Amino acid sequence: MKSYFSVLFTGGWSLIVGLKVTLKALFSPIVTCQYPREKLEITPNYRGHIDLVKFDDTGTHKCITCGSCMRDCPSDCIVVDGEKREGVKGKFCTVFTLDFTKCSLCGACVEVCPTKTLDYSNEYELAGTTREEFYYDLLKRVEERE
Amino acid sequence: MELFYSLLPELIRMVVCAVCGAVIVFGNALVMGYAERKLAGHIMYRPGPMEVGFHGILQLVIDGLKLMGKQLVIPKNADKPLFMLAPLLAFAPVFVPMLVIPFSDKIQGFDLDVGLLLILAFASINVLAILIGGWSSNNKYSLFGAIRSVAQNVAYEIPMLISLLAIVFMTNTFSLKEIAAAQSPVWFVVIQPLAFLIYIVAMVAETNRAPFDLPEAESELTAGFHTEYSGMSFSLFVLGEYANMFIVCSVATVFFLGGSSGIPLPYFEYTGIVWFLLKVYALMFFLVWIRWTYPRTRFDQLMNFCWKYLIPFSLVNLLLTVVLVKLI
Repeated sequence: MKSYFSVLFTGGWSLIVGLKVTLKALFSPIVTCQYPREKLEITPNYRGHIDLVKFDDTGTHKCITCGSCMRDCPSDCIVVDGEKREGVKGKFCTVFTLDFTKCSLCGACVEVCPTKTLDYSNEYELAGTTREEFYYDLLKRVEERE
Repeated sequence: MELFYSLLPELIRMVVCAVCGAVIVFGNALVMGYAERKLAGHIMYRPGPMEVGFHGILQLVIDGLKLMGKQLVIPKNADKPLFMLAPLLAFAPVFVPMLVIPFSDKIQGFDLDVGLLLILAFASINVLAILIGGWSSNNKYSLFGAIRSVAQNVAYEIPMLISLLAIVFMTNTFSLKEIAAAQSPVWFVVIQPLAFLIYIVAMVAETNRAPFDLPEAESELTAGFHTEYSGMSFSLFVLGEYANMFIVCSVATVFFLGGSSGIPLPYFEYTGIVWFLLKVYALMFFLVWIRWTYPRTRFDQLMNFCWKYLIPFSLVNLLLTVVLVKLI
């Protein structure tokens, strides 16, 4: 008989506590982001697909076409090619493509790059309607970037 | 012809009342549909509808258009006449109680002597609609939802009626207008706090809203009794639910919160409706608030709470009221 009433009071009190929690939440500022109109700042640590780094001293990437990334890639999605050119030390990179449909974002290429010219991009809006949209020409991307 | 002219004012009155009732039902559904989603959003730290119109204010209009444009799917093995009848039965009766609710001293369709009985009778038809809808869908989830709804509504109607009966004993009338007028010095919520609490709990259960929304418990029953309903037939159920919320909150306002009484405004016989609607929507806000606060009760908890707590307490309350009324 005692518990018959005590349950009522403890239960009733817990209900009031619950109401207080939601009332506080009701008047708290919202925490969600209205995505297409507002965008959150992406942390620099974000690991998107790979991109060539544009260095300030040379104004372009520092790829020496060693092919380490191509060999290390477990998914075989990087193609690098280069040619010998007059007046340029080493090889000149002519092809650097990434097949992002196969990339597993493991980052082995970034770790192996001897000149630190590969890095993760902050790109996250990656929706596309065709497969070809995900074949990235990284050389073109580094030129288009300012 | 003479009879016609003598009846004309009354006919006009009837038409006006019916139109106003319809306006309240649809307007209330629009306001509450928007408010519910907005409040639900803010309680979850998100903004709620934001896309259509300023802060999503036209969201419900767009939703209505979408629902009207949708196909009415009738399951192959459903009982077709009953399946189509159920949403109508859920929606049509909600107009009648609007006629007897005293929005202010002068704004009232008809002041019936048995206004309370009329409201309770028509509000109970909703259960029948849910039962028919769940039964005729020929779907186990629908049937379970319907059965739960009937069990729950039958159980919770008792404490609801008994708590209101205590007020009826005190005022000696079933007329809503007179009950509202009887609270001129103090509202009955002060004199009958227990009856008010019991009524509030029973009211949530009667309108099948969370935490007592077992008839449509989506985690167990998909969508309960309206699993098979689509488009407009579904939205008729929702319109009926919001209208029922309005009706039970109006009854609570009339019985416990003094009807349209409040700080006098100019032309108070008419402007009392401001206070009335303010109280009703405060109660509706409370309903939405608890919906987004409490988890759904288990069915045995629901039944135990009603039979072991609400009904004994309301009976004791009634008994004490009767004794006190007799003594004073």
